[in-house]
Amino acid sequence: MRDFNLSRRQFLKSTAAVAAAGVVPTSLVKVALASPAESFTFAYISDAHIQHIKGTSFVRNWDRGLIRAAAETNLLEPKPDFVLFGGDLAQLGTKAELDHGAEIMSAVGYKTYYVMGEHDYYLDLGEYWSKLFGPQYYSFDHKGVHFVVLNSVLTFDDWTFNRWPTAEQRMLEMAGLDNPNGSPFMVGDKQREWLKANLDKVSKGTPVVVVSHSPLQKIYKGWNFWTEDAEQIQALLKPFSKATVLYGHVHQIHYNQIGNITFHSVMATAWPWPYPQSYAQAQHHLPEITVPINRADPFFERDATGWQFIDAATGRVTMRYNLYNNTGRTVAFNTTTGRPEDRIYQDPARRILPQLHY
Amino acid sequence: MTSKWLGSFLALSLLGIAGAAVAVGPPAAPLGLPPVAAPADNPASAEKIALGKKLFEETRFSSTGKVACANCHATDKAFTDSPLTTSLGINDLTGTRNSPTLLNAAHFSTMFWDGRSPSLEDQAMHPFVNPVEMGLKDHEPILAIVRSDPEYSKAFKQVFGKTGEAVTMKEVTQAIAAFERTLVAGNSPFDRFYFGGDSAALNAAQKRGFDLFVNKGRCLSCHAVEQTTALFTDNRFHNIGVGINEIQTDVPALAREFLKTKATMAEVDIKVLSDKRTSELGRLAVTRTFEDIGSFKTPTLRNVALTAPYMHNGSLKTLREAVIHYNNGGVTKQGERVNDFLSGGIRPLDLTDKEIDDLVSFLESLTSLELARSDKAGRKEK
Repeated sequence: MRDFNLSRRQFLKSTAAVAAAGVVPTSLVKVALASPAESFTFAYISDAHIQHIKGTSFVRNWDRGLIRAAAETNLLEPKPDFVLFGGDLAQLGTKAELDHGAEIMSAVGYKTYYVMGEHDYYLDLGEYWSKLFGPQYYSFDHKGVHFVVLNSVLTFDDWTFNRWPTAEQRMLEMAGLDNPNGSPFMVGDKQREWLKANLDKVSKGTPVVVVSHSPLQKIYKGWNFWTEDAEQIQALLKPFSKATVLYGHVHQIHYNQIGNITFHSVMATAWPWPYPQSYAQAQHHLPEITVPINRADPFFERDATGWQFIDAATGRVTMRYNLYNNTGRTVAFNTTTGRPEDRIYQDPARRILPQLHY
Repeated sequence: MTSKWLGSFLALSLLGIAGAAVAVGPPAAPLGLPPVAAPADNPASAEKIALGKKLFEETRFSSTGKVACANCHATDKAFTDSPLTTSLGINDLTGTRNSPTLLNAAHFSTMFWDGRSPSLEDQAMHPFVNPVEMGLKDHEPILAIVRSDPEYSKAFKQVFGKTGEAVTMKEVTQAIAAFERTLVAGNSPFDRFYFGGDSAALNAAQKRGFDLFVNKGRCLSCHAVEQTTALFTDNRFHNIGVGINEIQTDVPALAREFLKTKATMAEVDIKVLSDKRTSELGRLAVTRTFEDIGSFKTPTLRNVALTAPYMHNGSLKTLREAVIHYNNGGVTKQGERVNDFLSGGIRPLDLTDKEIDDLVSFLESLTSLELARSDKAGRKEK
């Protein structure tokens, strides 16, 4: 029987390995805790880009992405303490889109905090969004961690108020990822002053998590993977021993360490950046982009999208990415190297090589 | 034994099973299929295959003495129990899943609708001891028979060189798997057309249907056709909105059972076949990942015209119903609620009635010529 059992064991073993790498809440690798009572998890959904076509018709693909992420967060075990929605609920900031998105999000069975994205903002400068979700920047404390949510997608007043004949055109100009008519995102003086006052009241040993839509670090200005006053925000975070910044907008996985600040991006539920140049067979509603790139599975609409849940056990974030049609990934702070690292793929030898032919 | 010899044996053996008296062709897999690869520790031989066939048809390996593997995988029904919705086990107990064909199962990378078994050898262990299938408490009654029955003793000695206690379920399942690997069937009108260069092998509707299969229908993405062969499956798992649609509000409660505690595959085997609602969670029960909620293995489409009804739960009666389900974007009736976990590949196709007919015509061109003949002959006799 030995051979027979061996093959079965190997099969089960490989099944378990896949399960552990994917999102199996019961097999979480726990970080050593300062105090078990402080350990908690939360889920993070972002960039749904709910898009109105006309009447009661919305782009099905984006709807399905958000519906699925919402349903899956409800299945998490252990249950997350809350959910963050990372911005760009809508595509063009209309009431119809925000209402439809809010309706889908109402399926989420947890307290949800919302972040402003540029696609939510530039039609009416966040007015309707605020009616639905409340203030555009705020803070809250949860089990010993201080959370700050910023509206980081503001820009120069001249661009916002004087450049465009209509609000609709302003929205369209900011909605184009690589549109040269766009303008760099920023948090702005008013919010930075508020942030400074807010952080002044927090002891410097308290873990701080700052949540924004655009990265509070400068990655690529051409695509607005950028916040103009990022350095000034970083300076405000410098005194804290544990500071983490979480952002959406980029529709891909980033992680980085600048000084004491750890940066993580989250995935989109709508589409990946970048995505393939052509998408055959049906009208696709993907925005125009000038940078072509391949994608593993153009058939499978959820491919290269996802959502994440986060273990904030030690005041550091352990980011678990739930990636459809792909192996899940975990990026966690490595206390030895002092930076976030992918639990599996950090070692170059373990990376999956890109596809070189089509 | 050389692989050449094996190839010719496989081709021959299918022809024999299909009941057609056709002369031996060149030693090769049937048109449109790759050669079958047997595991290194279970090479085929004529004697092993014959023993496997005998074991496959043995009814004494069930608690009532009436159920054999062949009951639900019948030779004259393309190795299914068509037209049953779900299979009949001991005392006419029904399980939750539609009997999949064994034809070309040699090419599947996992077994069972949820892929919970890694090989034909492993798969053969489970139905014997499932309470709604063959109903044995353990495998001991099988071993008692194969160790004492003179015909079996002789055969096991000849094939494996083993007698008495040395004969175990390993030998039993190896012989059954060796037999199952001979059940290959290609050479359909589609194969003649696509791989054989016979442009007259498909009619006009079937040719239009093939174009729809590849393009507008998006079928090809999961029901794969390669350059020289076609298994019509990607050997993967997808939530296409069958079964799961019936339990939508219960998914959290049902899923929690698997997400919270790790069930052994033996427990999963019993659970999913005895509880219809749990069954609809699909591969989640095996991998415990969200991605697999309500997902089931892509079945091959070869000989699909002979194996109605369709889907893992046999809920769609005709090929037309199956195509309409896909055309609706993962719901059987238009307007029904799409399930939250639907595979990203499934979306409304906007096929016209005529296009649906063409696709069905194409699916009917996937019947192996040998089986089509015996099916016709069988129907005439009735």
